[in-house]
Amino acid sequence: MTEQKPNSFRNQPDERGHFGQFGGRYVAETLMPLILDLEREYTAAKADPAFKAQFDDLLEHYVGRPSPLYYAERFTDALRENAPEGKGAQVWFKRDELNHTGAHKINNCIGQILLALRMGKTRIIAETGAGQHGVATATVCARFGLPCVVYMGKTDVERQAPNVFRMKLLGAEVVPVTSGAATLKDAMNEALRDWVANVHDTFYIIGTAAGPHPYPELVRDFQSVIGIEAREQMMKRTGRLPDLLVAAIGGGSNAIGLFHPFLDDPDVNMLGVEAAGHGLDKQHAASLAGGFPGILHGNKTYLLQDEDGQIAEAHSISAGLDYPGIGPEHAWLKETGRVEYTSIMDGEALDAFQFLCRTEGIIPALEPSHALAAIMKRAPEMDRDQVILANLCGRGDKDIFTVAEALGVEM
Amino acid sequence: MTRFSNAFSPDRAALVCFITAGDGDTAANLDALVEGGADVIELGMPFTDPMADGPAIQKANLRSLGAGTKTADVLAHAKAFRERHPDIPLVLMGYANPMVRRGPEWFAEHIADAGVDGVICVDLAPEEDPDLGPALRAKGISPIRLATPTTDGERLPAVLDGSSGFLYYVSVAGITGKQQAAIDSIEDNVARIKRHTDLPVAVGFGVRTAAQAEAIAKVADGVVVGSALVELVGEYGAEAPAQLRDLTASLAEAVHNARK
Ligand SMILES: Cc1ncc(COP(=O)(O)O)c(C=O)c1O
Repeated sequence: MTEQKPNSFRNQPDERGHFGQFGGRYVAETLMPLILDLEREYTAAKADPAFKAQFDDLLEHYVGRPSPLYYAERFTDALRENAPEGKGAQVWFKRDELNHTGAHKINNCIGQILLALRMGKTRIIAETGAGQHGVATATVCARFGLPCVVYMGKTDVERQAPNVFRMKLLGAEVVPVTSGAATLKDAMNEALRDWVANVHDTFYIIGTAAGPHPYPELVRDFQSVIGIEAREQMMKRTGRLPDLLVAAIGGGSNAIGLFHPFLDDPDVNMLGVEAAGHGLDKQHAASLAGGFPGILHGNKTYLLQDEDGQIAEAHSISAGLDYPGIGPEHAWLKETGRVEYTSIMDGEALDAFQFLCRTEGIIPALEPSHALAAIMKRAPEMDRDQVILANLCGRGDKDIFTVAEALGVEM
Repeated sequence: MTRFSNAFSPDRAALVCFITAGDGDTAANLDALVEGGADVIELGMPFTDPMADGPAIQKANLRSLGAGTKTADVLAHAKAFRERHPDIPLVLMGYANPMVRRGPEWFAEHIADAGVDGVICVDLAPEEDPDLGPALRAKGISPIRLATPTTDGERLPAVLDGSSGFLYYVSVAGITGKQQAAIDSIEDNVARIKRHTDLPVAVGFGVRTAAQAEAIAKVADGVVVGSALVELVGEYGAEAPAQLRDLTASLAEAVHNARK
């Protein structure tokens, strides 16, 4: 691509919801009028100080923001042990795993349920992979007294049993989806089918920065609280910006939330980490590394697909990364070269998971463990005075059964 | 005269029949629909993620892909149909990704060569027309758009802009195979749409029986039947053609005579 570098990386999408050639609104006609309504309502909400005040208040007192910025000293030192002389960057974490419900997903759910209420919708649906977004959605529905239906692939229902029970405790109905490979992609298909049949009263809370416009934009904006806080905290603590941001990518919401407020700081490099599963030559979930542009779930983006445009099944040990697509803004950031993307295999993520447990006393989710594994490769190549800031976007309580099984431990 | 204008005549409604390509013996199934009296054929292009379809057509998509159906096979089925039936309009219906995978020009050229008359792309909103519409129109293929109960008067012109062949009115806000809408609402909506266009309006989603088809044929230019036919393919496999012929014949009789 000989695309010209834009003046700013922060003013996408265009008025049609396009990030360069990506994004857009590829939905059945039944949904179009509603999507246009949502866009109007979101534009109005953005300009409404009362909306922002309510959002900020809930994030502070209900979610527990701002989340801490933490210097991971022992993690840093442990990586320096095997680094060349003078090498081994400092590693800092944005601790969104301390949020209410245990991940960044709740930031977005607060924003979207406030939009649903503004639009007078009385029923909420969502899709979920790991169950983190499902739990966050069920949580805000309980908080605001709205009925909640969560679609979840049957495979994920089995491997994320604790989250299924949490959603039920919170009063949500969890519908296991059996079509396809019964994971996140199929849950999203089923949620779209529900939405088409219930547009009059139902709001679809999408869990990542993907889907038809304006979802990628509004999810990014709600998650940008991560990067906005981190930027301020970093300046205050160190008087400088980080050299490298690192985040794991499923659909890309925690990553874009961290990256977006820094996109126009040319000295800040960024690394998005996809899931390489069993390896890029085998089954994986790295749509940028192993996919091609295509159209699915309302947007144009990189997809794992065959030569006929049939969507491939993704694989990752982490249910939250197990999706054959990626948010359209990441597709654009890859093509413009502003953000670098890499991928990490199941085994590497498992090693990083255990390494963080022992060095810092933090049990991370398997999703950010992919970001940690990428840092374990990158930090030893960087100078000691350089700073890496990673999004620790979720805690690992939900994953202990998966990890035990992978390590051959019986519980 | 195009094949469409022959099929939608002013004095009787047309029967539009849908089956999924590569599900069962496609050639024999298509011939059975024509023998039964179908006026227009919609041939489904299978897709892994048919998110606007209910269980019956989802299963048909998976059966077809499970049997190894490729885009090349869909094109071959279309071409062979055109050779056997020179006058019946043939519409490909499916999702955007398989249609644009090799580029819209590639797709338009190959389906034009196969003798296809129109394309229904379920998840390509008029707002994203540049992805496929210009390539189709350049090859003389009709982009056929969907209007739904949520498509209001303000939006209809955008839906109609650049479309041709006929307009497909989706009578229920929902997925294929679900409950049918009340006939009053269908009549009102078709009348409303016809104030905006001279295109024939065909009504589908949830039509299963001759009685339903007859009621719709009184108020619309065409009646689309899909899930009920696709279910027969799923249930009867190699024996499906006889079943399809019988159901199509009963539907055709009801549709063709509704206004007598
Ligand atoms: C903790 C955690 N991190 C990351 C993800 C991936 O989503 P995204 O890329 O939108 O942040 C998930 C999804 O469930 C998650 O639970």
